[in-house]
Amino acid sequence: MNVSETVEFIAALFILFGSIISVISAFGIIRFPDVYSRAHAATKSSTLAVLLTLFGAFIYFWISEGIISVRLILGIIFVYITSPTAGHLIIRAAYRSNVARTETTKVDELKEVYEAYERQQKNPPHHTEDG
Amino acid sequence: MAAQFVLNIFIAFLWMMFRDEDVLRVSTFLTGYAVGIVIVFLMYRFFGKKFYLHRLYAVIKLIFIFNSELFQSAYLVLKTVLTPKLNLQPGIFKYETVLKGEWEVPLLALLLTLTPGSVVMEVAPEGDVFYVHAMDIVKYKENLLRSLGKFEKAIMEVTR
Repeated sequence: MNVSETVEFIAALFILFGSIISVISAFGIIRFPDVYSRAHAATKSSTLAVLLTLFGAFIYFWISEGIISVRLILGIIFVYITSPTAGHLIIRAAYRSNVARTETTKVDELKEVYEAYERQQKNPPHHTEDG
Repeated sequence: MAAQFVLNIFIAFLWMMFRDEDVLRVSTFLTGYAVGIVIVFLMYRFFGKKFYLHRLYAVIKLIFIFNSELFQSAYLVLKTVLTPKLNLQPGIFKYETVLKGEWEVPLLALLLTLTPGSVVMEVAPEGDVFYVHAMDIVKYKENLLRSLGKFEKAIMEVTR
């Protein structure tokens, strides 16, 4: 095995690990009890899975074809930024549309704040126009 | 800070002249710049200011923290998924941050979402209170609070 074959093997290993982690996090999305915990599986381990796969592809193209693929690097950066944001937005939207939490939920310090906010939206404080 | 940068460029040019090569080479300039970095680093205390590459160092440190947190949290989630009997006690807790502004707060939120066992649910409109959903509040809350303090410090090194 010469150098380029070894590196290709390592790249293949990265992609393989990425796929395995991706499968496990898909299991997690099914197994976890509610939307909020599912977001954990969706944001963390699948981010890592996509990153590993892209990184493996990057190494492969670099060594075997001699291309430093800027598109793959951009992909890695954007996945890094967008995936946590997406998770945050999903569970935020879920909370705002009152998706149920599991019964084992211990503490909810957001509830009172949110309810106060809701009340305020329904009957806004009275303002006089002229002053 | 600008004075240190100018001094560093000056050292690089000096290095190029001392080498006395027939043509201008970028590699010689870069070597001189590297030497200059070492010299300025040894001398920056006399300027009474921070080292001008300090911020770069902080950025690199922050990126490193991002990566290590991503790996740790992915490991934790995978471990939890593969546990035969799931016994999670999720919870939402409140965290008041000292960070301000359009850069610091989103950075902390991103970092927090990549931390083991936590996702940011809601940020107060004023931007100073986070509501964080923890996957298992009993087990991880102390860890979370500890690493939050660490992140705040690392972010402040970059932005201030």
